[in-house]
Amino acid sequence: MSVLVYTESEQGKFKKTAFEVASYAKAVATQLGTTVTAVALNVDDTSVLGNYGVDKVLSIKNAALEKFNANGYAEAIKQAAEKEGTKVVVVSSSANSKYLAPLLAVGLNAGYASNVIEAPTSTSPFTVKRPAFTNKAFETLQINTDIKIVGVSNNSFGIVEDTGSASAEDFSPSISNLGVTVESVDKATDKVTIADADIVVSGGRGLKGPENWGMIEELADVLGAATACSKPVSDLGWRPHGEHVGQTGKPVASNLYIAIGISGAIQHLAGINASKVKVVINTDPEAPFFKAADYGVVGDAFEVVPQLIEKLKTFKAQQ
Amino acid sequence: MKILVCISHVPDTTSKINFTDGDTKFDTNGVQFVINPNDEFGLTRAMWFKEKQGAHVTVVNVGGAETEPTLRKALAIGADAAIRVNTPASDGFSVAKQIANVAKEGAYDLVIAGRESIDYNGGMVPGMIAGLIQANFVNNCINLDVDGTSVKAIREIDGGKETVSTSLPLVIGGQKGLVEESDLRIPNMRGIMMARQKPLTVLEPIETSTETSSVSFEKPAPKGAIKLVSPDNLDELINLLHNEAKVI
Repeated sequence: MSVLVYTESEQGKFKKTAFEVASYAKAVATQLGTTVTAVALNVDDTSVLGNYGVDKVLSIKNAALEKFNANGYAEAIKQAAEKEGTKVVVVSSSANSKYLAPLLAVGLNAGYASNVIEAPTSTSPFTVKRPAFTNKAFETLQINTDIKIVGVSNNSFGIVEDTGSASAEDFSPSISNLGVTVESVDKATDKVTIADADIVVSGGRGLKGPENWGMIEELADVLGAATACSKPVSDLGWRPHGEHVGQTGKPVASNLYIAIGISGAIQHLAGINASKVKVVINTDPEAPFFKAADYGVVGDAFEVVPQLIEKLKTFKAQQ
Repeated sequence: MKILVCISHVPDTTSKINFTDGDTKFDTNGVQFVINPNDEFGLTRAMWFKEKQGAHVTVVNVGGAETEPTLRKALAIGADAAIRVNTPASDGFSVAKQIANVAKEGAYDLVIAGRESIDYNGGMVPGMIAGLIQANFVNNCINLDVDGTSVKAIREIDGGKETVSTSLPLVIGGQKGLVEESDLRIPNMRGIMMARQKPLTVLEPIETSTETSSVSFEKPAPKGAIKLVSPDNLDELINLLHNEAKVI
């Protein structure tokens, strides 16, 4: 009855979230006095998971699941959970994991807690802490079902290294109904995504136009960050909707969020409050963002950002 | 096409969030409730199907009588009928079970729900409905076209979007992009008057178990004061981010 963890991968390699959820699963397994079994789909070498507390990997190679499919993935994880007699399943809070987790919950008749930010405060009863009211509060939630699904919020638990090793076992679940077919994917593969990023550099209307985004991208490049924007910027079509962070956009839970030329409307702050450290650069000292941020620069982005890029390049070169 | 739109009754974004009964219950005192923003995009897309393809649109909510003004607002926007399942929305799984029962009984072709509500942010109800009624499911849906029983949809993924094909019956977790924000509808006087004549059916709930329960709530610790750095001293900002915050 090991803890089961779904480790996400892309093009045969684990994503960073895989190591974080594995670390979380290890913490839960330690609390429960059991082991960790991972489910890996179409990954070439799964042994690395041993470095993050995984004892055994159920390795699935299935050409029909090359592209993410919520039904197919949920079914595969369900069959793995049944095979292992699992009572706790750990997933991430990526868009794909949030897509499959409710289907898995129905399949296993399991209570599901999403966006969990800490290891369980108790395992009997099983209670976890998660944000609610769009980060204006935290909820302590008890999962009452025999099987529990925990969705770990990105960057909340961190990656914890371990000295164990993971054995691999081939597993071939029977998948019949995919339901949805992916026709095409439109994704910039060389860019850091908001969901994966440790650092997010975000621009607002203060940048005056899409032609000025070069310095946002350059700052993001220097920091290895993802780029994002405020709602008015995506509404104006300066940046794609996928970069809009906020209540009706993408949530951001990065370690560092740098807001440039963003005043800090309540809907925007709701989307970024889970970020650990916030920096704001704005000409208006009365901008609401200055009340929500940790560090601030009152100044013109067109003067501050280019200087900051140069100074960061020097800093990085010295590291 | 019969469409069921799930309407979550949520506190307005600007509401002050407080708790009562030893921090175990949300304090609704003085709170203005609205249609969940993600549901509003779905409702407007349903109106498009109604006007262009002759769809019949029913809205559904799980909650007490206090949620009826929110359902009436959805009727005023143009929905044809409303259903309220008369039980508190205690947790995501039981809400999904109530709505799945309505969806099954009414043989809806398309169920539109917001990808998540802005109160408990569980993000599970649309997928659970799909699982329970064994319908196809597209989450984070930002574009939806239906031709007969064939469906083309676009969904947002981390770092981009993907185009998918599927078929009815279908459940979507919708969000901004299904329609533009500028296309969201505000009820006009005629709509408000007509909404009074439209059917609002109250259904008694089916029996469900409570899979998860809120134990308590807490508010984040008060934030310390911001540290301001002069634009002429950006080395100090880098120093703070490196040595104090340890994020670069």
